[in-house]
Amino acid sequence: MRARSDPSHPTPIPADGPLHAHLVLSSRFENIEIAERALIDLCEDAGFSGDDSYWIVTALREATANAIRHGNKQDPEKTVIIDFRVHSGEVRIRVEDQGEGFDLDTVPDPTDPGYLLRPSGRGIFYMRQFMTRVEFSRAPGGGTVVEMTRRLGAETRSSINEE
Amino acid sequence: MKSEIRDVDDVRIIELSGKITIGSGDVKLRELVDGSLEEGQNNILIDLAGVTAIDSSGIGEMVACYTTVTKRGGQLKLLRLSPKINDILHVTQLITVFDVLDNVQEGLAAFK
Repeated sequence: MRARSDPSHPTPIPADGPLHAHLVLSSRFENIEIAERALIDLCEDAGFSGDDSYWIVTALREATANAIRHGNKQDPEKTVIIDFRVHSGEVRIRVEDQGEGFDLDTVPDPTDPGYLLRPSGRGIFYMRQFMTRVEFSRAPGGGTVVEMTRRLGAETRSSINEE
Repeated sequence: MKSEIRDVDDVRIIELSGKITIGSGDVKLRELVDGSLEEGQNNILIDLAGVTAIDSSGIGEMVACYTTVTKRGGQLKLLRLSPKINDILHVTQLITVFDVLDNVQEGLAAFK
């Protein structure tokens, strides 16, 4: 496990607000708990509601788990780089792995009846349900970068679905 | 994740608490259900009242357990969802797959 500040990281989210965190974690599932704890602390400092914090943390867990499992193939020598930033009533999360990237178009909709009983493939769906915006890109080294934003007070899609 | 097991008539009630998440809770859930089947307990009621979070791996394992139990001729049902877990089952549309009961009496009756 490693968690440290890394001001030399090549593509950090600008730390122009007082609430910013940067983590570098080795690719072990137990390190998801460290990322979660750091984000919960930041959410508490920012005065987020319990609902906002819950869904933001849920999305973070998915992005980090995907980076560890699918990106870095659980190789503990590879790292997952995570940035959190709170700015102008929204939280931004950036998660980068050291994998080989993937084709987003090959990821099926897990709510499609043909895929509903599949035991995997819901991670990106979770992120998109619980965050306002989710975007994927390739890191300079070839890995995957996911950037997610949630506007504070935004309804989750689950709330919308229940109306 | 913590668990407690009890049998009422021919129903195995598995009471879970904490987080059903990747690398720990999901594996434990699989072990609990596999263990029940090995003991001949094919009717399984999973009590989620104490579960605070379930990630996509946890929900995936729940689906895998459902499929395994059904193939064995048994039934797997869910009991007492918290509002957040209920939200997750709705957005994933798995609420259409699982039979969800509100209390133990209803849960036990659903197997008869």
